[in-house]
Amino acid sequence: MAQDRPTASELLSAIADFLRDEATPVLDRAEPGLGFQMRVAANALAILEREVRLGPAADARERERLVHLLGRSGTLDELNRELARQLRAGERDEKDEALMAHLEATIADKIAIANPKWR
Amino acid sequence: MREALAAAVSRHFRAAATIEDLSRQSGGASRQTWSFDAVADGRHHALILRRDPPAKAKTDREQSVAIDRAIEFRVLRAAYDAGVRAPEPLFELGAADGLGDAYVMRRVDGTAIARKLLRDAPYAEARSRIAGQLGAIAAAIHATDPATLPPLQRREAADHIAGLRRSLDQLGHPQPVFELALTWLDRRKPPPLDTPVLVHGDYRTGNYLADASGVTAILDWELAHLGDPLEDLGWLCVKSWRFGAIDKPAGGFGSREELWAAYERAGGRKVDPGRAHWWEVFGTVHWGIICLNQAWKHLSGSIKSMEHAAIGRRAVETEVDLLQLLKSAG
Repeated sequence: MAQDRPTASELLSAIADFLRDEATPVLDRAEPGLGFQMRVAANALAILEREVRLGPAADARERERLVHLLGRSGTLDELNRELARQLRAGERDEKDEALMAHLEATIADKIAIANPKWR
Repeated sequence: MREALAAAVSRHFRAAATIEDLSRQSGGASRQTWSFDAVADGRHHALILRRDPPAKAKTDREQSVAIDRAIEFRVLRAAYDAGVRAPEPLFELGAADGLGDAYVMRRVDGTAIARKLLRDAPYAEARSRIAGQLGAIAAAIHATDPATLPPLQRREAADHIAGLRRSLDQLGHPQPVFELALTWLDRRKPPPLDTPVLVHGDYRTGNYLADASGVTAILDWELAHLGDPLEDLGWLCVKSWRFGAIDKPAGGFGSREELWAAYERAGGRKVDPGRAHWWEVFGTVHWGIICLNQAWKHLSGSIKSMEHAAIGRRAVETEVDLLQLLKSAG
């Protein structure tokens, strides 16, 4: 059964905004160490908000690319295990253009969730 | 703790000492640093206590490569005596003091906070000097006479790669980008030097103090070992230590070339840019896997810390950097 609004993403945004804009300034004055921790918490909630919103499609795209790259099916975890094994064994390397395109796309999706400002 | 510390300080200064302003310092989540003043014989001494908390989880990789406080004291002593800009180590505490594995050093003025050094007005002059100073100080560290050092592990490129692969296996989650980078590194690893040097092991912005004149002291010697001097210079240039100043690879304050030139001018051996690049790529994978390990400390229950948990999500920053580095390396 679908939940009522706010969606998970909307609720996480509301909490993150509250912690960052209202709770953190008060903590910064009272106890700077806790203010820092609160910034970490607000930032982590912002990551979760992006993950809820962008994660499922990103995972599906990653799995689809892996099936194509490795020529076999499996769960996302199984496919990544196989890819990691091949990379450690040196069976594929940075000269493999299809591999690099896959990794670029995967990491672009990952950083868009974890820290879109990173460059 | 205050009484035990007062007794030890009194013994060192050979005069009854009182302890003032004892406070735990931020940073250094794994091991404790306390700041305090001691008044003995009418004189004030600004001091720092470095102390290991009791019982740590054995699965902790950082712990297994870190040296204990007694060894750290002797490394700091050797480096300080060799003229390295570092806090002056004063005395060790004994088992009878009841404070654990601990020593006391003099407190040095300055801040280690990267954000302030990179952006605040009082450090405007210092910003133009820090890259060169870090090059010169690294040369002094690497010139420390090995005969004056306590026994230290020798860690070459191959040992580091094996250590990081072990970490990935223990963490158990597949990491294609780190595997790609480790294989790249393995195929190009520099041969060991005939004579390894003292490597600081965590030479980066955040681990030194600076004031308006620039760098005042190199801190955090707990990852010291013997190895390739370019390990320190490569680590300093990892993008994560630029704290946003991404166009200034030398710790956020200058170019690689500026760092290397200052290093060579101060007596460091000539820097091979390819070898330095190898260590920068290595440092980037290393930091990424440290991020995963930090999160694992929380996930394994060895410490309960939201901050540690959150660091796990920073590993991907180094994956972005690695793909850029491997592309530019060809």
